Amino acid sequence: MKIITGNDLRTGDVIWWTGQGWSRLVNDAVAVGEDADAIIAQENDKQVVTDTHVIDAETTSEGVRPAHIKERIRALGPTVRMDLSLKPADPAAAKWVI
Amino acid sequence: MYQYDSYDQSMVDARVAEFRDQVQRRLAGEITEDQFKPLRLKNGLYLQLHAYMLRVAVPYGTLSSRQMRLLGDIADKYDRGYGHFTTRQNIQYNWIKLEDAPDILADLASVEMHAIQTSGNCIRNTTSDQFAGAAADELVDPRPYAELLRQWSTFHPEFDYLPRKFKIAMIGSETDRAAMKLHDIGIQLVKNDAGEIGCKFYVGGGMGRTPMIAPVIGDFVPPLQMISYLEACLRVYNRYGRRDNKYKARIKILVHEIGADEYRRQVEEEFAHILTLGLEPPAAELERIKGFFEQPGFDANASDDLDLSDPDFALWVDQNTHAHKQTGYTIVNISLKPTGGIPGDASADQIRLMADLALEYSFDELRVTHAQNIVLPHVKKSDLYTIWQKLDEAGLANANLDLISDIIACPGLDYCALANARSIPVAQKISERFADLGRQRELGELKLKISGCINACGHHHAGHIGILGVDRKGVENYQLSFGGSEGADTSLGTITGPGFNEDGVVDAVEKATDVYLAQRTEGERFLDTYRRIGMAPFKEAIYAKETANG
Repeated sequence: MKIITGNDLRTGDVIWWTGQGWSRLVNDAVAVGEDADAIIAQENDKQVVTDTHVIDAETTSEGVRPAHIKERIRALGPTVRMDLSLKPADPAAAKWVI
Repeated sequence: MYQYDSYDQSMVDARVAEFRDQVQRRLAGEITEDQFKPLRLKNGLYLQLHAYMLRVAVPYGTLSSRQMRLLGDIADKYDRGYGHFTTRQNIQYNWIKLEDAPDILADLASVEMHAIQTSGNCIRNTTSDQFAGAAADELVDPRPYAELLRQWSTFHPEFDYLPRKFKIAMIGSETDRAAMKLHDIGIQLVKNDAGEIGCKFYVGGGMGRTPMIAPVIGDFVPPLQMISYLEACLRVYNRYGRRDNKYKARIKILVHEIGADEYRRQVEEEFAHILTLGLEPPAAELERIKGFFEQPGFDANASDDLDLSDPDFALWVDQNTHAHKQTGYTIVNISLKPTGGIPGDASADQIRLMADLALEYSFDELRVTHAQNIVLPHVKKSDLYTIWQKLDEAGLANANLDLISDIIACPGLDYCALANARSIPVAQKISERFADLGRQRELGELKLKISGCINACGHHHAGHIGILGVDRKGVENYQLSFGGSEGADTSLGTITGPGFNEDGVVDAVEKATDVYLAQRTEGERFLDTYRRIGMAPFKEAIYAKETANG
């Protein structure tokens, strides 16, 4: 499936399009199908998100999983500083990106 | 230490005010990202994988304790409690908020620092020998010349939109500690038989996807014509550099394509013209700048005697200090490579501690090295034990300088938007595999460098052992190379063959060190043995199939 991601303009945080707005959790991302370009144009006009782009992902038992490792690292945080990631209490979470 | 004059300060302050306005307009939606992006990059602000990243320029790697302390405070106040020292002797912060960026730049300006020239196709922050002004083997202190170069290159209107970024290194010793020949321009201050100082220009080196060693273009340029010669080198590049193709736009490609002789001919022609224009700064300005870099007030009675009865201290002294030009003093290298740590990272507390040590024990000076370590350049030997104890308490006393765990690694895919693979986890695993210091010292000098993409920020081409992370159909893969070097014997590494996964490349490195230990002759480093016996024995070992019984 296709999902949309970007960075919060003000904070730089990685965010994901939920269908209603933006979330920091990749599991909140929704498939956008053929609407990606229209959503990106609409959101870019609001000037609150930057570097918006469409990526491939799949739904697994653990939730939404971006297809490429770079996007999985964006979704989680640096694998070498799990204390700074979105799952600081789960050191094993780094394995999810590989 | 350099000092801003009123022009420097007003230019930097004006730039902060200008960027504050640009940020406000961006946040208000008055300008688009396409309009804003080149403006933020001109101020060192990138958008990386997880957040904005701010790269702060450290002029030729030199810092005062006041500046260093502020770098620690910025890490606490605006980031997540740490900074990352880079292979261009700068520092970068990984978790910056756009709305905070103008305040950070204002804080930096208050201590004569900025983030200009750390991005874009301009002349980047000049790098130099981290032992400048201190090393026993130094012919000429390069810092006044590097400072002149900083003043010349900052906001130089003619060279603000070059075909590509442009990196200059400047040294004044026989020993090249700045990877000079792998820069767009490397300038070595030399002396002729008459004892006169001259600038030897190496032009057209670089790493990246097309690594090249710079040829000598100017043999002996008088120091008072250095800027004119630089202008000539840049003008020829600016005129003919390949703006049509980003991958062929660096000066190394131009010099390679037209040949060093033709490039030199054109530079000499331009140089002769420039000399008629009187562009060179007056000699009095260089003399004024030299006044900022006078030798500190060394104790002429300081002793070289050291109590080395503490074996851990003795190891650290042997490995991490370097001969100083002044009797009774030494140069201290603070390793930012703890076992299993992230190369180049330092916490805010560690940064402030290093600032305090510099103030108390090193005439208020620190240096950042391109190998991602920190230097206290002027330490009295009688203070060494106290310094070592304080560093040890802070986790900064790893005695591994130039050993296999003193790894250069770029941020890689854990942070960098350009990376194809992670660098840091590989560095961590190698440093853990070779954690035993005795084993490391048995291996001797072994420079291992890791890049997470072909841009080579981790200098893998110049590693005795180099590792390049690549993306193979979405999976991280690591190419191994041997035989690179960045010093006087600069050479480019040769790829061993097929790549490895993360654990595989760590195993391969270990097998290569086994070959070295088995084959070396007296006094040979890993690099020397490789050069003598060639790739074959190493290749045989690292690609050998495991037998059924191991």
